[in-house]
Amino acid sequence: MLKIEDLHAETAGKAILKGLSLEIRSGEVHAIMGPNGAGKSTLANVLGGKPGYEVTGGSVEFLGEDLLELDPHERAAAGLFLGFQYPVEVPGVSNVQFLREALNAQRKVRDEEPLSGGEFLKLAKEKAGLLGMDMDMLKRHVNVGFSGGEKKRAEMVQMGILAPSLAVLDETDSGLDIDALRVVGEGINAIMRPQGGAADKGVLLITHYQRLLDVVKPDLVSVLADGRIIETGGPELALRLENEGYDAVMAENLGAAA
Amino acid sequence: MSELATLPTRHDEAWRYADIAAAEAIGAEALNTWREVSVAAGETHRETFVLDGDAPVVTRLRVALGEGARAEFFAVNAASGSARLEIEVTLARAAHFEFGGVTIGGGDASREFVTKTIHAEPDGTSNQTVRSVHWGTASGNFLGEINVARHAQKTDAAQDFKALLLEKGASANTVPQLEIFADDVKCAHGATMGQLDENARYYMAARGIAPDVAQRLLVQAFIGDALVAMGDINAQAQLLDVALAALERSAL
Repeated sequence: MLKIEDLHAETAGKAILKGLSLEIRSGEVHAIMGPNGAGKSTLANVLGGKPGYEVTGGSVEFLGEDLLELDPHERAAAGLFLGFQYPVEVPGVSNVQFLREALNAQRKVRDEEPLSGGEFLKLAKEKAGLLGMDMDMLKRHVNVGFSGGEKKRAEMVQMGILAPSLAVLDETDSGLDIDALRVVGEGINAIMRPQGGAADKGVLLITHYQRLLDVVKPDLVSVLADGRIIETGGPELALRLENEGYDAVMAENLGAAA
Repeated sequence: MSELATLPTRHDEAWRYADIAAAEAIGAEALNTWREVSVAAGETHRETFVLDGDAPVVTRLRVALGEGARAEFFAVNAASGSARLEIEVTLARAAHFEFGGVTIGGGDASREFVTKTIHAEPDGTSNQTVRSVHWGTASGNFLGEINVARHAQKTDAAQDFKALLLEKGASANTVPQLEIFADDVKCAHGATMGQLDENARYYMAARGIAPDVAQRLLVQAFIGDALVAMGDINAQAQLLDVALAALERSAL
């Protein structure tokens, strides 16, 4: 569903992605790991279309469309969900209002009828319940006064309500304690890999740590270093990284490439 | 004697940012017309103002609050011509003056609120919250004067102004003017100016909200502060609609 080919991108005049290629098929959870500064967040920002990031080469195809041609809000309507590493606070706008506007905007683009207030609240309550959030939290302003863990849980509630085809989750596990990590991980499973399978959904999971992957078991793991994918393997690759560190795996890989 | 039928100039502090040409068009006599409002002890006066005409307008109100009386004024200044609302309030003991105002619009108009709060007796409280949202070469101004008499102890006065400028060329001016002669009082004032939060806009886009809708939501949240103290939710929604209609018309 997502095909990235030879992607080059820069921000503030500095090249960050240097020929990144990656494919995610329907039904796959693909984890991206890599050292700080490798370009993981830049990849998420470029896929989301964040202002300030310039694509200088390559292509990204999403569900048969040229993703890079779409504005950020059109990408969301096309089925892309971006989980933010640092979810933004929006004072004065309640979660309920924000998400109803968002969902109905997406439905409109897809020629679907907007949800009424009652229908929306029912859906919101159900999805919030999956993440152990109550309606009181949904009535609060978007991310305002939320702890780090609450912000990440709120992101997953948003994902549940918006029901994307592809979720790009940028360090969704950062700032979470052990219990919150499990709740969020199980939330990802419930939403993006419901029982009985959801062959039409995919996840790109950007993370530093194995602990999230213990809950959300990836099908594939890739290592991103210096703006490129340098190795792709199964879940065992993440375990090796955890045990040996990036340096060892990268040295071996670069050695093999030389 | 105190009100000569003369036209103001920019040398007058309270007219520093005003549209003087508009004031001239209104004429000295009309300019110097004040509506008097007197609120008896313990009573409450509530009034809302919508300024949304084309012709230049200056509305002046002089309010006397009796002991423990309240005056609550809320205003949206979305006029397409220059428009100015002035409210002068004298508070007796333990009276309260509340003002919430929104100036919003583009073009080249100057939209102003001017308040003069006179704490003449002890234990009075007052609050002014003004939000300005402008584009084009428009300006939004808030001049808030607070006088606290020597024996008006335990006065608690607050003023808060924030401006959101949606385009280069728009401006906002505020002059807090505090004259405090009592020594046991609280007078708080704050002012900020800025642009729409780019991160919030991107965050909203990432959830599928189109740029114009994101802008409306953010502006609505921003000006909501000025109207939040309104008890009447329907009246509040009406004022909010007037303000947001100005934004819709702009097609920014």
